[in-house]
Amino acid sequence: MLLLLILHAVVAAAVVPVVRRRGADGFLLAAVPPLAAAAWLAWQLPGVLAGRDVTEAVAWVPGWGLEVALRLDALAAAMVVLVAGVGMLVAVYARAYFAGDRPARTAAALVAFTGAMLGLVLADDLLLLYVFWELTTVSSFLLIGHDDTEAGARRKATQALLTTTAGGLAMLLGFVVLGETAGTYSISGIVASPPGGGAVAGALVLVLFGAFAKSAQVPFHGWLPAAMVAPTPVSAYLHAAAMVNAGIYLVARLAPAFAEVPLWQPVVLTAGVLTLLLGGWRALRQTDLKRLLAFSTVSQLGFLMVLLGEGGRTAALAGVALLLAHGLAKAGLFFVAGAVDHETGTRDLRELGGLGRRAPGLAALTVVSAASLAGVPALLGWAAKESAYEAFAHGGPGDAVVLAGLVVGSVFTVAYSSRLVLAVFAGPLSGSAARMPATPWGFAGPIVPLAAGSLLLGLWTVPVDALAATWADRFPVRPGGDPEHHVELWHGFGLPLALSALTLTLGVGLYLARRPAGSVQDRIGAALPAALDVDHGYEAVLTAVRRLARRVTVTIQAGSPPVYLLLIGATVLVLPGSALVAALLGGSAAGLATPVPWNGLPEAVVGALVLAAAVAVALIRRRLAIVLMLGFVGYGVAGLFVLRLAPDLALTQLLVETLTLVAFVLVLRRLPEMHDDPRPSTRRRAARVVVAGGLGVLVGGLGLVAATSRTRPGVGATVLAVAESEAHAPNAVAAILVDIRGLDTVGEMSVLLVAIVGVASLVLVSRRTTGGVAERPPPADEGMSPMEQEVSR
Amino acid sequence: MTGPGRQVAEDRWLLAGREAGEAGRSLPLEIATRLLFRTILLLSLYLVLVGHYDTGGGFAGGLVAGTAFTLSYIAGGPRELRAVFPFDPGLLMGVGLLVVLATGAGAWLFGEPLLTSAYLAATLPLLGEVSVTTSVLLDVGIYLLVTGVVVDVLRLLGVYGAPEVEPPPGQELR
Repeated sequence: MLLLLILHAVVAAAVVPVVRRRGADGFLLAAVPPLAAAAWLAWQLPGVLAGRDVTEAVAWVPGWGLEVALRLDALAAAMVVLVAGVGMLVAVYARAYFAGDRPARTAAALVAFTGAMLGLVLADDLLLLYVFWELTTVSSFLLIGHDDTEAGARRKATQALLTTTAGGLAMLLGFVVLGETAGTYSISGIVASPPGGGAVAGALVLVLFGAFAKSAQVPFHGWLPAAMVAPTPVSAYLHAAAMVNAGIYLVARLAPAFAEVPLWQPVVLTAGVLTLLLGGWRALRQTDLKRLLAFSTVSQLGFLMVLLGEGGRTAALAGVALLLAHGLAKAGLFFVAGAVDHETGTRDLRELGGLGRRAPGLAALTVVSAASLAGVPALLGWAAKESAYEAFAHGGPGDAVVLAGLVVGSVFTVAYSSRLVLAVFAGPLSGSAARMPATPWGFAGPIVPLAAGSLLLGLWTVPVDALAATWADRFPVRPGGDPEHHVELWHGFGLPLALSALTLTLGVGLYLARRPAGSVQDRIGAALPAALDVDHGYEAVLTAVRRLARRVTVTIQAGSPPVYLLLIGATVLVLPGSALVAALLGGSAAGLATPVPWNGLPEAVVGALVLAAAVAVALIRRRLAIVLMLGFVGYGVAGLFVLRLAPDLALTQLLVETLTLVAFVLVLRRLPEMHDDPRPSTRRRAARVVVAGGLGVLVGGLGLVAATSRTRPGVGATVLAVAESEAHAPNAVAAILVDIRGLDTVGEMSVLLVAIVGVASLVLVSRRTTGGVAERPPPADEGMSPMEQEVSR
Repeated sequence: MTGPGRQVAEDRWLLAGREAGEAGRSLPLEIATRLLFRTILLLSLYLVLVGHYDTGGGFAGGLVAGTAFTLSYIAGGPRELRAVFPFDPGLLMGVGLLVVLATGAGAWLFGEPLLTSAYLAATLPLLGEVSVTTSVLLDVGIYLLVTGVVVDVLRLLGVYGAPEVEPPPGQELR
């Protein structure tokens, strides 16, 4: 399994030069990894159906218990069928769609997405799943934003990214809570012994938020229709077969463990039914072929959410069947939409019509796919829908409400599916549709296996039933349900059959009455407040966040080093400062040793000189003199080190002081000669005095407290002992630096490198901005610039 | 007639030299630089090698080497700095960090934890007993990095930060 994922990563990189050189033919290379995945699945499937999950685990960060744990079970297998099977067809289809173009980035993102999606469904570790989850988000951003010169495409790609990432982050939080309460991040481990309690309920809400955002459930469904700016092969894959199913998949994955948590069913079923109804309702009125399909997908995702999240055997059975049925049908319909769009130049249903006579092959494929979507008998969609109705046919009033929702949603599905097929293919050949040549087999070819799947698996449901049952058998049979229920073409007479007949009749009726029904819809839509519009809501949230960000930036990024220094100083004063004061007032002062003022006369003299120089620094206004006085302070401290018999410290201090002095002088050449010229206001100076003085007192106090609050014997003797024997360094300071605390030294060296890169960028940036137009005056006001701080570190 | 000493005196005291009559030139400083530059560099190397046993170490050594370059910069300006240090300081820093990391990670090759040092002692002819620990390499890396940092600061603040390439003197900075 890991090898398959690596293969995807390698091909994602390799496909770039190929597509750049050979054009869209390079997509054939992109078809190789999903082909390998499909072949591998075919090889493993018998074992999986016999209940033997395929597992694989590689230690990742053993210290943190992170591992790349992969597991193929029946649910994952159903997803892999879609991910690998449709992924392969999408790559072949993309070759026709992008003919004459060289979309290297899109090809790479497509392969990367396929790999990420494969990883997502195979992951058996919450954190690993999260990583793949976000990888699909990022690659889908690149795929939706394929046309990166188009502002609308970028904006909508961003909408998809923001919505799904917000959900993803919430989900991560939920995962962490789940993992910590369960004591393991292994999904199979959590499902085997699910944790309980209030924290878990909260975590589940967060996880469901992530799943709903990814699978476009109400009210997070806005991004999916917007994402239709993506190239059609991408839509067929991401927005029909793969990515949008990820949320459904996650809910299904966790359902065995948490479906009985009180909050789970109401949330999942409500969101699912609402999504089903809203998606179908909006799909009825779309005139853009792809937007119609997008809302249809939203609606079907709601259906899947209900089935796979419900937690009963029959519903799960129907869910897996519908997952496959919908993936096959919807990918095929997107392929049709792309072909029609590509050949006629429009996907507006009002401009299309009569294509059936031009391209009968394409029309036939469309009819099969749409019929499966609508649940017409003898197709896979029919069998799935029959089982879905059966799942809710025996329960209480709650189930009845859900069942009613399912029926109404399916009536919508029948109506818009009919409209889609008839508007495009029936009727007279209209203007732009006349450009359509005979069936374009480059486009239609990949639809054939999909439509054949819908048809053959609808007639012979055994493979689907075997896969679905292997998954569904871990769920309890709901009261009144048939423990031996199968996904079948013919269930005999009963409520489900009656409901199916009713659905089809009403759906056709709604199609025939589409004009009056449409005006009713428009009137209802107009009566609803605009606040209910999710796109409106998304924009409002975005605007609010931007406004907040701007306000925060303007407030704290004043562009003036003195203000920054004041803020930083004040923060240090407030946080560690108040802690120190609180501790001292709280009685900790009693435990401190009495500090010794000085050792001998030389120390007292040097100390006094240092103090005098420090006072002078605060009073002098000529910058060069200030710098020299600062240097004097530094050399004085070095002298104190010498007196305390610390030659290494003294040497380093002397050298640093010397070089800092030079750096200061170099910088001073660019600064005005006098400091604070003109004098700032008294108020500002007072603030500086308070902060700077407070900081001095605080640092001095901290040093004093640290030096006098020894509670344990010092490590000095130990260090001296091991320096010679273990580090082979008679110089204990060297032993500390390169051996005992060697890792610290390595870290500090890296910091030094980062600091100098910072200095370089500051210097070079200021060169760029002050040389030409000065948008704002250079903050050469007072004190140290950030540049100097870095240097004097 | 033209001995080596005279040759030098005729040419210049510094590597890059100065334009004749250039303002701000200090002959004593140039001579001092001429005399001290290599000595200081030698001292810096000594500090690195002795650091394990006595006052010194890679950091101090690097700073001392930095003062040597600082001296040549003060005496001869950016051109002189470029002449005595003709590489990209970034290269030196990168190599230094690499040496530091490689020394630390080298212990992995022997199955030891990160940064474990090895100690070798041998009695060589003439030199007598010689011992070396691998952490000297760590010091060498630090030395290279710190030297590079000092030269880079000189280059950045001295060359790019110099008023000559900045707005003309009439234009105030505030």
